[in-house]
Amino acid sequence: MNPFFNHACGTSDHWSRRTLLKTAGLSGLGWLTPLADSLAIQSEKNRTRPRSVILLWMQGGISQLDTFDPHPDTEVAYGARTIKTALPGIQLGESLVQTAELLPEMTLVRSMVSLEGDHERAMYQAKTGYRINPSVLHASLGSIICHELPDSQLDIPTHVSILPSQWPARGGYLGAQWDAFKIGDPTQAIPDVSSRVDDERTKQRLADLNVVEGAFAQGRAANLGSERTLHRDLMAKARRMMSSDQLAAFDVKQAPAAERDAYGDTPFGRGCLAAVRLIESGVRCVEVTLNGWDTHANNAEGQQTQAAILDTAMAALIRDLKNRDLLDETIVVCGSEFGRTPKQNPLEGRDHWPHGFSIALAGGGFRKGYVHGSTSPSMEKTEPADKVMVADIHATIQHALGIDPEYEYMTPANRPIAFSEGRVRRELLADA
Amino acid sequence: MSDVTSPNPSAVPTPSANSENRRWQGWLCIGAIVVGFAMVANWLWRPNSRPAPHHFHPENQELSGVRESARIVDDAFANHWEKETISPAPPADDLTIARRLSLALTGTIPSLEEVRSIEAQPENHRVQWWLSRLLEDPRSSDYVAERLARAYVGVENGPFLVYRRRRLVRWISEQLQSHRPYDEMVRELISAEGLWTTNPAANFITATIEQNDKKEGPDQIQLAIRTTRAFLGVRIDCVQCHDDKFGDRWKQEDFHQLAAFYSEAEMKLTGVRDDRKKHHEVQFRGDSETSTVSPVVPFAPELMPAQGSHREQLAAWTTHPENRAFARTAVNRVWAILYGQPLVSPIDDIPLDPAQLPPGMELLAEDFITHDFDIARLIRVIAESRPYQLDSRSHDPEQPITEAQEKNWAAFPLTRLRPEQVANSVVQASYLDTIDEAAPFLIQLAKFGQQQDFVKRYGDLGEGEFDEQSGTIPQRLLLMNGKLVKERTDNNPVINAVTRINSLAPDPKTAVEAAYLCLFTRRPTKVESAHFVQLLSNQGKNARHRVMEDLYWSLLNATEFSWNH
Repeated sequence: MNPFFNHACGTSDHWSRRTLLKTAGLSGLGWLTPLADSLAIQSEKNRTRPRSVILLWMQGGISQLDTFDPHPDTEVAYGARTIKTALPGIQLGESLVQTAELLPEMTLVRSMVSLEGDHERAMYQAKTGYRINPSVLHASLGSIICHELPDSQLDIPTHVSILPSQWPARGGYLGAQWDAFKIGDPTQAIPDVSSRVDDERTKQRLADLNVVEGAFAQGRAANLGSERTLHRDLMAKARRMMSSDQLAAFDVKQAPAAERDAYGDTPFGRGCLAAVRLIESGVRCVEVTLNGWDTHANNAEGQQTQAAILDTAMAALIRDLKNRDLLDETIVVCGSEFGRTPKQNPLEGRDHWPHGFSIALAGGGFRKGYVHGSTSPSMEKTEPADKVMVADIHATIQHALGIDPEYEYMTPANRPIAFSEGRVRRELLADA
Repeated sequence: MSDVTSPNPSAVPTPSANSENRRWQGWLCIGAIVVGFAMVANWLWRPNSRPAPHHFHPENQELSGVRESARIVDDAFANHWEKETISPAPPADDLTIARRLSLALTGTIPSLEEVRSIEAQPENHRVQWWLSRLLEDPRSSDYVAERLARAYVGVENGPFLVYRRRRLVRWISEQLQSHRPYDEMVRELISAEGLWTTNPAANFITATIEQNDKKEGPDQIQLAIRTTRAFLGVRIDCVQCHDDKFGDRWKQEDFHQLAAFYSEAEMKLTGVRDDRKKHHEVQFRGDSETSTVSPVVPFAPELMPAQGSHREQLAAWTTHPENRAFARTAVNRVWAILYGQPLVSPIDDIPLDPAQLPPGMELLAEDFITHDFDIARLIRVIAESRPYQLDSRSHDPEQPITEAQEKNWAAFPLTRLRPEQVANSVVQASYLDTIDEAAPFLIQLAKFGQQQDFVKRYGDLGEGEFDEQSGTIPQRLLLMNGKLVKERTDNNPVINAVTRINSLAPDPKTAVEAAYLCLFTRRPTKVESAHFVQLLSNQGKNARHRVMEDLYWSLLNATEFSWNH
């Protein structure tokens, strides 16, 4: 038998937890194997707490003053208009029309502080919770979550980056297998998942490969392929992915037109829809990037254009998750590496500002309708009230997912590193 | 200004002469374009000649010196094996060693053309001949420079405007090409002054510049981490915030005293300069106030000169011939680049106590110091040593290679190829001639683009390149179904080896052999040859192409292609 065909395609593998539970309910639990049984129990447990994260990544630096933390009628506003929201006394930038209605579902943190003011370094800090250090490549938040909450039922990658920026989420010290799987605009086919030849030739190629692998194994340790290179295992997994029904989750064209329209006719909007579909299929972490926020010139115009795209897509995403009964188990985070300066430059742009910016969260046990911290409408640097460090957000999200942020992971270089060095901010969580 | 409405009739040719003229001009134009195009095409496609290595004479003194040193290193390993009662694997064949050398030094596998040229040499000195040629190949200095740069400055783009990583890599490559002693080169990095553009070495300093409002200057903490790890093979940065939990060898103070050597460095309009008045301020854990720390080296203080700026003192101390940590660190890294794994792991954590060092380390370090820190010679000695020349497999199927053999350098280790090595090898394997500086410009250009795209999807290892890394599913998908593999195995008579082999090989057996040499740098086994020859026999040309394409696909997707062995 050709080992390359021997990939796990058995029935139990293709059963989602939900199907499993449903079937179990109909037929009684008697026939379930212990494994399936424990999976079902595990699944029950998982439903009580969040299990997935969607990161909406505003690459370049969203301007807090034009979106989540406006100071209308002050000198730092430069005339930017605001709108009222469903939360009394809270205003948002004028482009966030739909978000304003959804604020009662969300948590807004207006006192974020980062230690970095350069895109690359700040992005590294935002995605890993640590500052760049020449001695270790840290693991991104998404990869830690995927690593800690594995799902053997999944044929497709558990960590996905849609429209990746220059710096998609990496596995870091956890290993490259935890890097986010990168895809572009979801209207395009997912790269490299369809065979370039027909089944007959694939079969021939695998038979050829078997001969070649046999020659290489001569005189080498018996566990070469099974434990050392894991070559066959990886190939089998790749082939399992190629033939999986779960791939359909990537294909937003399969969604009803009305659903697609709600997200807006933009690559980012389609990315958000794909994110929801992926999360529903069991994917653990998805990041979707919206570029174009680095408005060093014509800030107001640039921010408004991007904010309109974000507003439509994010609002649709939150509503959709809610309709699919997924919002309680999914944490949605919208943020960027830093904010933008209160003072405009001569080109009417705003520059990098790590000293008080905003992020928005929703779902997954975060406190609903809560606005945390504040910045002062000052041109100068002042410490925001109730400031939250970037690492604190990491620790809080990990805590919400049942991961202990203080756990010290032993890296391959034998250096213990905590999943996060931040503080769990219980005030941001519903059950505080 | 003349009146343009009434042209001077004498200046205008008659209508008929005019059109005649135009026709001529038209033809001339077309002719010029055709000739020009042909010239450009010729330039783009013309391969240059590849000379034999200038500096290769099998009997010259340098090579016999290399052999002598390698034999001494061999004895150290032989003693070690005897003590551990391990028998070493049999020697690898020349082509296997040539493949290892090409991957290590140029980041790609040898071309069919190169395989032929190696086989044209007398059997007893093929490996050193090939190494001589590789050491003269600009691909090697460029590639090794990139690998070294990862240890010096990492892979980040770094601070905007004041840092040019590519200039630094090119500068390192030039130092390697001109056989600059390694200690000199490192001294220049540590003490570099001036602009990062005109003095590329200064990028080592400017890579750490933090651009925020707190300070604007090189970060002495980062520089101290780089210096200790990349040049001294010690990790004292873990004590940056707390004293060493494990061995009590390093104290927080040690680290900050070392970092203090960089405290004078600052950015001026004229680039990196030293300000003698600046001090290193630290707030030790548990202290409420910051304290000023003066520069002190963590060990062997007698090797530090009394003269010079702090950075010059540090540079002299770091690279002092009696500071063996420096030579050992260089040996460990060059060994790792060649062998796929460092002699001491982790690569930047080498014991200072000679009793804890693996066999060969002290001898190689000694040889490196006494030969003027010559990297090329170090490469030669390692490549000539027995551990490097052992097979990665046993020739007795009943007694396969054991873990103990691999752990004790008694068999060449299997290591996963780096992403750019896989990318380069896919491109090279699909082209019969060598893709180097002598290759047609278009081919080089195409290779560059293909390599970049491929690595982007395959994933870069960053600077932790010698950490054990697992393969990934996207990597497998990319090699099974990716665009590059499809394009490079398609029917394309101008470029693709698979098409050319199919049309040029006189019989199936030769075709299969050529494909194996292109992809695996070896001939097929009897079983392999029989399998593919049978598929190729009695087939029409198109069917044969399909079989050849499948053969290429299978070899590209095999373990053997993606692993150094």
